[in-house]
Amino acid sequence: MAMIEKYANPTVFLGITRPLVPWLGGATVATLSAGLYLALFASPADYQQGESVRIMYVHVPAAWMAMMCYTSMAIASGVGLIWKHPLAHTAARATAPVGAAFTLLALVTGSLWGKPMWGTWWVWDARLTSVLILFFLYIGYMALNNAFDNAQRGANAAAVLALVGFVNVPIIKFSVEWWNTLHQPASVMRMDGPTIHASMLWPLGLMALGYTLFYFWVLIIRIDADVTAGKIRALRQRRAHS
Amino acid sequence: MKRKHKRLTFVVIAGLFIALAVGLMLSAFEENIVFFRTPGDVASGSIEEDRRIRLGGLVEEGSVVPGADGLVNFSITDTVDTVQVTYVGILPDLFREGQGVITEGKLMNGVFVADEVLAKHDENYMPPEVSDAIKEAGQWYEDGEHGSGDQ
Repeated sequence: MAMIEKYANPTVFLGITRPLVPWLGGATVATLSAGLYLALFASPADYQQGESVRIMYVHVPAAWMAMMCYTSMAIASGVGLIWKHPLAHTAARATAPVGAAFTLLALVTGSLWGKPMWGTWWVWDARLTSVLILFFLYIGYMALNNAFDNAQRGANAAAVLALVGFVNVPIIKFSVEWWNTLHQPASVMRMDGPTIHASMLWPLGLMALGYTLFYFWVLIIRIDADVTAGKIRALRQRRAHS
Repeated sequence: MKRKHKRLTFVVIAGLFIALAVGLMLSAFEENIVFFRTPGDVASGSIEEDRRIRLGGLVEEGSVVPGADGLVNFSITDTVDTVQVTYVGILPDLFREGQGVITEGKLMNGVFVADEVLAKHDENYMPPEVSDAIKEAGQWYEDGEHGSGDQ
């Protein structure tokens, strides 16, 4: 715990992570370029969906990231509430818009795929509805964070919402198993192994890695900006009082 | 107990209660969360006639009979029970025999009159060469002879 407390100091954390930013940026661009090339050009068409299967390479990792970001945000919020590490709230705040963007990307690409494949842009089945709720939870978290004059109260209120809303994450994951839905069951993260052919699984994995690198890249930049904004606020206050 | 331990205990207990409450709510609303009903539900008589529902299952092999002016008759099966469906309109690209579909409409005199047909996609993704090879080897899951667990 002492070690975590040491790295949870914003100055120490940024001292270590700031030099990583250009490397993470380069790795993100390289991985996503390779992943998109494989996904959009080099991988085969599907036996049923034809070329529309290419939407899947953008959609599926976005949906994974939507849930992964929310889980990180909930954990960071819990740490912020219980152990009062200021960096935890900062990390949760930095994650929210990234997660919301991934959720929106998953919703939009899913809709674009749904029209030609299912015959509809949208249905209110358990999977689609629970992901839409996830999007609203992100929006609510961001709004609540900014709803108080006192930043600390905003962070605490938003953290409670993030924790309560976490109940939605397992609902999203298992919605396709608990209830019958229009959305198909999981193809990769399932007990009996993936039901995606290897020639399609590799590009998908590369895209998922690219999205993850993007998340960490943006996360560090956003934490840096949040910490700096806090310092500026403190300086302004000191000047106003002197 | 230190204050942070108190807060941890509180968060864990509150989390358990929230999970329990949501779990109870979801199981109470199961009827409404389920996106479609099955031919089995129709056979058991739990679906009233003239009430708008969604009916889902596989399009039975050899049951698709196209008629005039976009009319099409087919059967939906859950491999045990089967319901006759009649529909007028454009079918989605993935609609074919043996494929999962979800139809929306009303049950009238034992026949399901649908005004919307959605194709359900399954969780299998593969290039056409691979699906051809599997079919040639007689291992295709829809062939029924080599279901998982038969061998």
